[in-house]
Amino acid sequence: MTLEKKPQKVLLLGSGALKIGEAGEFDYSGAQALKALRQENITTVLVNPNIATVQTSEGMADKIYFLPVTPYFVERVIEKERPDGVLLAFGGQTALNCGVELWKKGVFEKYGVEVLGTPVQTIMDTEDRELFVERLREIDVKTIKSEAVETAADALIVANRLGYPVIVRAAYALGGLGSGFCDNDDELVALVEKALSFSPQVLVEKSLKGWKEVEYEVVRDRFDNCITVCNMENFDPLGIHTGESIVVAPSQTLSNDDYHYLRSLAIKIIRHVGIVGECNVQYAYDPASMDYRVIEVNARLSRSSALASKATGYPLAFVAAKLALGYGLFDLNNSVTQCTSAFFEPALDYVVVKIPRWDLGKFHGVDRHIGSSMKSVGEVMAIGRTFEEAIQKGLRMIGQGMHGFTENREISIPDVEAALKEPTDKRIFVIAKAFKEGYTVDQIHNLTKIDRWFLYKLRNIIDTSAELETFNDLAQVPDMLVRIAKEQGFSDFQIARSIFKDSFADDTDGYILKVRNHRKALGIVPVVKQIDTLAAEYPAATNYLYLTYNGTENDVDYRGDKKSVVVLGSGAYRIGSSVEFDWCSVNALLTARREGWRSVMINYNPETVSTDYDICDRLYFDELTYERVMDILEMECPHGVILSVGGQIPNNLATRLDAAGVNILGTTAASIDRAEDRNKFSAMLDSLGIDQPRWRELTDFADIEEFVEEVGYPVLVRPSYVLSGAAMNVCSNPDELRRFLKLAANVSKKHPVVVSEFVQYAKEIEMDAVADHGEIKAYAISEHIEFAGVHSGDATIQFPPQKLYVETMRRIKKVSAAIAKALDISGPFNIQFLAKNNDIKVIECNLRASRSFPFVSKVLKINFIDLATRVMLGLPVEKPAKSAFDLDYVGIKASQFSFSRLGGADPVLGVDMSSTGEVGCLGDDTDEAVIKALLAVGLRIPHKAVLMSTGSPKQKADMLEAAHLLHKAGLTIYATGGTCQYLNENGIPAIRVYWPSTPDQMPQALDLLHERKVDLVVNMPKNFTGTELSNGRKIRRAAIDLNIPLLTNSRLASAFIRAFTNLPLDKIEIKSWDEY
Amino acid sequence: MQASTEALLILEDGTIFRGRSFGYEGSAAGEVVFNTAMTGYPESLTDPSYEGQILVTTFPQLGNYGVPPADGDDALKDFFEGSRIHCRAIIAQDYAFHHSHWLAERSLAQWLKDEKIPGIYGIDTRALTKHLREHGSMLGKIIIGSEDPGFYDPNAENLIAIASCDKPMVFDAPGAAPVALDGTLEPDSQGRPTVALVDCGIKHNIIRCLLKRGVRVVRVPWDYDFNTFAWDGLFISNGPGNPDFATATVENIRRAMTAGKPICGICMGNQLLAKAAGAKTYKLKYGHRSHNQPVRRLGTTQCFVTSQNHGFAVDNDTLPADWEPLFINMNDGTNEGIRHKSMPFFSAQFHPEASSGPRDTEFLFDEFIALLKK
Repeated sequence: MTLEKKPQKVLLLGSGALKIGEAGEFDYSGAQALKALRQENITTVLVNPNIATVQTSEGMADKIYFLPVTPYFVERVIEKERPDGVLLAFGGQTALNCGVELWKKGVFEKYGVEVLGTPVQTIMDTEDRELFVERLREIDVKTIKSEAVETAADALIVANRLGYPVIVRAAYALGGLGSGFCDNDDELVALVEKALSFSPQVLVEKSLKGWKEVEYEVVRDRFDNCITVCNMENFDPLGIHTGESIVVAPSQTLSNDDYHYLRSLAIKIIRHVGIVGECNVQYAYDPASMDYRVIEVNARLSRSSALASKATGYPLAFVAAKLALGYGLFDLNNSVTQCTSAFFEPALDYVVVKIPRWDLGKFHGVDRHIGSSMKSVGEVMAIGRTFEEAIQKGLRMIGQGMHGFTENREISIPDVEAALKEPTDKRIFVIAKAFKEGYTVDQIHNLTKIDRWFLYKLRNIIDTSAELETFNDLAQVPDMLVRIAKEQGFSDFQIARSIFKDSFADDTDGYILKVRNHRKALGIVPVVKQIDTLAAEYPAATNYLYLTYNGTENDVDYRGDKKSVVVLGSGAYRIGSSVEFDWCSVNALLTARREGWRSVMINYNPETVSTDYDICDRLYFDELTYERVMDILEMECPHGVILSVGGQIPNNLATRLDAAGVNILGTTAASIDRAEDRNKFSAMLDSLGIDQPRWRELTDFADIEEFVEEVGYPVLVRPSYVLSGAAMNVCSNPDELRRFLKLAANVSKKHPVVVSEFVQYAKEIEMDAVADHGEIKAYAISEHIEFAGVHSGDATIQFPPQKLYVETMRRIKKVSAAIAKALDISGPFNIQFLAKNNDIKVIECNLRASRSFPFVSKVLKINFIDLATRVMLGLPVEKPAKSAFDLDYVGIKASQFSFSRLGGADPVLGVDMSSTGEVGCLGDDTDEAVIKALLAVGLRIPHKAVLMSTGSPKQKADMLEAAHLLHKAGLTIYATGGTCQYLNENGIPAIRVYWPSTPDQMPQALDLLHERKVDLVVNMPKNFTGTELSNGRKIRRAAIDLNIPLLTNSRLASAFIRAFTNLPLDKIEIKSWDEY
Repeated sequence: MQASTEALLILEDGTIFRGRSFGYEGSAAGEVVFNTAMTGYPESLTDPSYEGQILVTTFPQLGNYGVPPADGDDALKDFFEGSRIHCRAIIAQDYAFHHSHWLAERSLAQWLKDEKIPGIYGIDTRALTKHLREHGSMLGKIIIGSEDPGFYDPNAENLIAIASCDKPMVFDAPGAAPVALDGTLEPDSQGRPTVALVDCGIKHNIIRCLLKRGVRVVRVPWDYDFNTFAWDGLFISNGPGNPDFATATVENIRRAMTAGKPICGICMGNQLLAKAAGAKTYKLKYGHRSHNQPVRRLGTTQCFVTSQNHGFAVDNDTLPADWEPLFINMNDGTNEGIRHKSMPFFSAQFHPEASSGPRDTEFLFDEFIALLKK
């Protein structure tokens, strides 16, 4: 033990809402750090507004502040809590930037707070490009030559000197924000201008496209002991952001000399810059020599370090926290073996493949190319004992309807060669298509610069697939071929489709089962292997597991005692399903364990806490497909399975698992099906006399028009099969309807569309509840601030509701009780309602935990998942006392958008979800909670001027009060034509500005933005017509690209304006969660 | 479907693993050992310390980057650690039938065929490793085709004699071809220190590490009496098998100690130096073969990740009073080096020359060279 003095109270900064480039990995790192501090009996204070995270749960930190991670709020927390130490490395770039600013302002010094771990000077040395290059030059380490510029004109000079292509990066930016490649002067100016809006400094450097990208996770203690925990190699060469690339661990194409050359350099670097804790070093590496460049060093825990932790079993964040306290690596134990030292480098006896998950289809107009800036919203990690096995698993895990590398539905690629050269989110499937079209490994290599080793491995899969396809009868397929296919990661689905071909579609499940039974009869079954950090050299004490066909022996014993409960997790984070389901999964595991069951987790998302091997008794880091879940259940023989806490992926398995005789805990599969099947659910509501928006499933144009005649415009149209663009759309007139149906949906008998009545100006209300045998035990009713039409995942939600009629509440409770009873619900569920006047209509019902469960649980301080899990385990659950539902404070859940990452996307909200994360803040009243929550998702209070274009007459009227408040607060109002006139007529001075469509008239709205004369943009489309959407789009897009706060909804904009004009920042109470 | 011949691995306890052949199609026998390194198969295969052993790589992918050219003199290869493959066979989970690396000259399969060494893939190497961990390293034979070679116990014979060179030779500088030492050794014309290097089955990188530090190296066979010529420092190399066979070397070292000049050893060298000092060695259950062995320099906070490959170890408790452990393995507490309390004698059980593995302890060569210049 080498600890000299230990801090008593430590402040930890979280990363806030999930956003592109900064996601669940920081919940995992923060949670690990808190655990490490707790072990030392150190009091912990956490600032993180992300209420859905595990780290902001009861018992994780001593004090939790749901406040924005900004210098202002953090300073006030410091002032109040007086910690003696602070950790900056566990909350991503958000925490790091905030910490650096506080340090520069002398706040830490003022309050005597010691920065633990890596010193701030080191952080600045690695973050500031010029300092960084200089520091590495001191030890003769090569970096990518880049020059810092502060204007576009200087950038042009530098670029022309270096020669195109060049890469542009913004300093101090997360995940490559505002960076990209430029081939000419025009591209350069456009990009530099955008980057300068995020950062005062922009770097221009020569591009090394085609080099390998390799990174090392390095750990150093204060005694100068260093280890590299893991190295990783990008499948894609340099030029594609590591967050956008498939990544393998460990590196596959590096020789021993390559590996250790770069490893030694990494250690040399970390020693020189003086990291204490963890950092990552990224290299560009010449594929034809041993030449290299250091791309960057991240002096903090990162997405890569979370991946490395999961890939190796080495708890980087936990260890980094201990090192920050002053321990040496030699003081700590390897937490997997518990008998060997933490000073070691994990040896892997498997291959890990990380694959990004994109959701670009959700955005109108977004550029689908992938490059040096990150666009993916989540990732999966697949483990196998061959590369082929791991990558095929991973391609299924990303959950976009793909079954592996082959046997997928045909994708349409008009120009394969161009698509290989300029990758999009379909990159890997373009490679599959190229192979099928006869491209050779060398040809694909020349077009993509992907190392041939990877391409050969992928071709192995294609070859096996082709060989399988030569058979039409399962019995004819050589046993060895079936085995090899499984060793290469083929699913039963892929094998069935390749053999049964066209007839496969007639009875998919039946044919899959045929393959399953056939291979089981041949003894071709997967085995379970442990991840043990030492490649079996020492026995492991943990159960961190995966399944593989490359093996003959299980590492664990199965008792078959039915004493375990299996929880199915939520898979890759994506728009619509993210950390909230991780929170639900973790809580279900904890309750199951507390109630005496062995808790078993199946999940494959490396950014989660639920895949932390010490959160459960057994962790299967594996697929959530029917095939794999059944493989596990057949070995595990559990008491039952919980599939209502992991979102839609496990929920979708209900019927098939039930048919296989699996004991589904809680609500039955039949009930789940009744709620999921539109027709069955509708019939049930009718029989219960519950109202719903009128809808019909239709297969031809005439019927659609006839139905619309009946319900009137606007209507909501949901195609069952999506060709391109978003899956859902609101159509306001026949013209739009026809265009959408033609463009987006191929209406036919096989592909019907669902058309529903769209109720305007209705309130949307959520009911989150837990029932036991049809009786509601606990519930939370919350209201959306926006009117219906904004997806519930994008809406700002208020809980408890502040503006609902008592009568509406009463009816919602009554209807919910009736539905719970009719479906005999046991467990969590969520119902969404529309309310107009006192009429309520049911829009949707999910017999599983919803996105808002952590939010309402934490606001109410009643853990709904704990209750639900106990119900599902058959334990008696008492209703919480009525008074528990009577709160004298307000919670606001606000959404985080990542439009700045998604070049070209129109940042307008609609019926399809587009937010990537959320925060939840508490306040003594709505204003206070609104202001905290919206500042936490990146809005800033304007001090100069507001640009308004407020859409339809109704919206204009809605915004009048807010405009008045802005004027009273002394802010200048600029407004476009109609809005300006309306404001002036109503006695509010406003300066007229002009749309980009009339470029001759001055002043131009866009100029105001570029000149930074406004610091808030309120811009809402009149309606959802295409023309209207494109009209304001330039303004909205410019606001996003120039990093000027943007609001596109009148009710939210009013709420925000009301809040900040009513309540000055310094009147905001700094209260921790337990003080409410 | 890759067409390949079936291959069996039969262990001495009767356990059978079924795999497929990718290398030389013939049978082989030896002691089965596992190595958990994730890179470095060309280095390991040519490492003389693997003489007589069947190497199991726990890293499941093998052959990814092919094999570099066999450039250089047989006495000092450019990219290999010995003049030929010393392992009797190699076993992995999966073999990459297509390799990719700018330096590769042939595939691993081709190299194995060229040197008549079998290679097997498709074996559950994790199950095999756990078996060896639980039951200890054991003999095994690989059967490809009908030939049964029977079991072969390499530890029953003097492997050092097999792996060592047959005559003394002088290495003058990096890149220069060695010349045979005939008759007496003249003092170095440039006044550089001379290192007597005892070859117990030396890895070539030890020679490279010494040469690049500007010394003249005289490499002698394991049983050659190096006390017959003048040297400034003595270096005892790594080597295969049981140190008990090297009695001649131990005797020579014991006599050399009386001169009081610097002595350094690596791996087998550590064990032989310990024996010369009077300590005992013993066989480990399954040895240390990996790139990730943590060692701590005793009495300091300095820790190092080391490359290791040994089946025998020095018994710390048998070290005489004027000797002490220099390094200790942080996982199992076994000896990782010794030093004399007052004389310039020290050695390491791990491989500071790495190749393959981490290079964090190469500074030990500097420490040795510094002693020469005192």
